[in-house]
Amino acid sequence: MEKFDVIIVGGGLAGLSAAYTLAQEGLETLVLERGDYSGAKNVTGGRMYVNPIRDLFPDLWKKAPFERFIAREEVSIMAEERSVTMQYDGNELAQEPYQSFSLLRGKFDKWFAREAERKGAMLVSKARVDDVIMEDGKVVGVRADGDELRADVVIACDGVLSFIAEKAGLRKPLASKNYAVGCKEIIEMDRQLLEDRFNLQGDEGMARLYMGDVTGGSFGGGFLYTNKESLSLGIVVGIDALLENEEAFKAPELLDRFKQRPEIASLIKGGQTAEYSAHVIPEGGVKAMGSLYGSGILVAGDAAGFSMNIGVTVRGMEYAMASGYYAAQAVMAAKARNDFSGASLAEYKKLLDKSFVMEDFNNFKESLDVLDHSRFFTFYPELAGSIMRDLYAVPAGAKDRIFPTIKKHMTVGEIFGIARDMWRLRKI
Amino acid sequence: MSEVMGLKAKLGLNVFKEDKEFHIRIKPGREKDERLKKAVIVCPSGLYSANDAGDVEISVDGCLECGTCLIACGEEVLEWHYPSGGAGVQFRFG
Ligand SMILES: Cc1cc2nc3c(=O)[nH]c(=O)nc-3n(C[C@H](O)[C@H](O)[C@H](O)COP(=O)(O)OP(=O)(O)OC[C@H]3O[C@@H](n4cnc5c(N)ncnc54)[C@H](O)[C@@H]3O)c2cc1C
Ligand code: SF4
Repeated sequence: MEKFDVIIVGGGLAGLSAAYTLAQEGLETLVLERGDYSGAKNVTGGRMYVNPIRDLFPDLWKKAPFERFIAREEVSIMAEERSVTMQYDGNELAQEPYQSFSLLRGKFDKWFAREAERKGAMLVSKARVDDVIMEDGKVVGVRADGDELRADVVIACDGVLSFIAEKAGLRKPLASKNYAVGCKEIIEMDRQLLEDRFNLQGDEGMARLYMGDVTGGSFGGGFLYTNKESLSLGIVVGIDALLENEEAFKAPELLDRFKQRPEIASLIKGGQTAEYSAHVIPEGGVKAMGSLYGSGILVAGDAAGFSMNIGVTVRGMEYAMASGYYAAQAVMAAKARNDFSGASLAEYKKLLDKSFVMEDFNNFKESLDVLDHSRFFTFYPELAGSIMRDLYAVPAGAKDRIFPTIKKHMTVGEIFGIARDMWRLRKI
Repeated sequence: MSEVMGLKAKLGLNVFKEDKEFHIRIKPGREKDERLKKAVIVCPSGLYSANDAGDVEISVDGCLECGTCLIACGEEVLEWHYPSGGAGVQFRFG
């Protein structure tokens, strides 16, 4: 029977990061990916922040097939009839090293898989893992397509639903309140048209996040990222929020409704939809996480729940890559001790605790509870929109003075409500 | 207003590879279970529908393997697996 040092289930960012790191140190590493290739099953919004993980993969970034570096950040607050947009640009974001890049997983993961292979990792695609092999409470391998494959350690990098962590008894039951669904379109657009429309030079890109009426007032938002020759446009909405929404929008309708907003329609005009994708996103944070390790097994990336949705932005890719890297470090330390028990692999948790990963998750522990509060998705967007409308309206007669205009929207009750919301916000 | 592209047409843009068997099934006897109604709302591909008798049906062609129905309805009413290796949706962009 074949035996490897490590078997990694899932060749997404978490799995490939672990494989790249382990193979580099000479460990016999097998990655099993159910898709035709790495990237075939993976969906993201579209932007990776490189700073937190730059030093973990020093040789990786120069040749990475990113789409555009993000030189302009925008946030749009959408009310039903109007929206207010804020823009942040200037030299800062346009200077190397760039803080973040748009990317397409179909390209990026495929490339990353080749880099991991070049380091010596063995990748097998079109291979679905069906079960873990347990002996005396210890994970000793996996079953895939009827074959038994053994290893000292299995790393579950199989994404948000993580049946592998579930089978090893590490995952908590999937509770809908801890998950959102994202629906996304890739809209191809002539490069020149795209750069002219978004006022971009060369490889510059822009990222715009939408909140408010995007999701019909539910917890969530929308995103628009510019790629080289396409746009990534999508929405993210909490599954419970979607089910509780009074207007009972269906998920695909929300995306269509978003696309039809005049603010969006004018941006995507002349483009052609080329692909439609959807994926679940873990957003329950630390409270929803199961165990990160067991005897003979580690869990990394979305499988461990390392995605964070703080209303305007979803982050998961850096956490996937960093947790894959730390899982690899923990495995190497365990190998040096020749001890793959849970106690030995617990080092993984310690490494994560010391890193930005757990620090972020601890800092944002309360964000879901605080933000999952409809005032942030209906009241404030409407308020911002109405104030702007009144400030900019020039009626036939005399224009109202500015102070009373604003005051009109801010009754004592409103101010009290805002103060209460600020009080809640202090937790994040 | 721009015209809306139908879901079928949108899904037609994706690459799907056929599987040997259905990877998602409604558990026998659960067709009328209230929990399944949630799938009609949350499925990004609109693959679930309720027929006149109140039974929820799924037509699994066009499944994006997103997992939303499983999370919304639960394992008691759905038998949910990933398609076999190399089958199902294959994203080119992702
Ligand atoms: C709509 C949307 C927008 C997002 N926006 C952003 C963003 O802008 N920035 C950001 O940083 N993050 C974003 N995220 C989150 C980010 O995409 C994820 O956190 C990230 O993809 C997780 O990577 P992963 O490697 O852990 O999991 P995945 O990318 O899901 O990889 C899991 C892999 O395991 C394979 N697999 C699963 N089960 C098996 C099995 N049994 N056998 C073999 N292989 C298996 C799958 O095929 C897949 O390739 C977004 C997510 C979504 C859905
Ligand atoms: S996995 Fe997603 S696309 Fe497939 S049936 Fe369920 S909700 Fe629909």
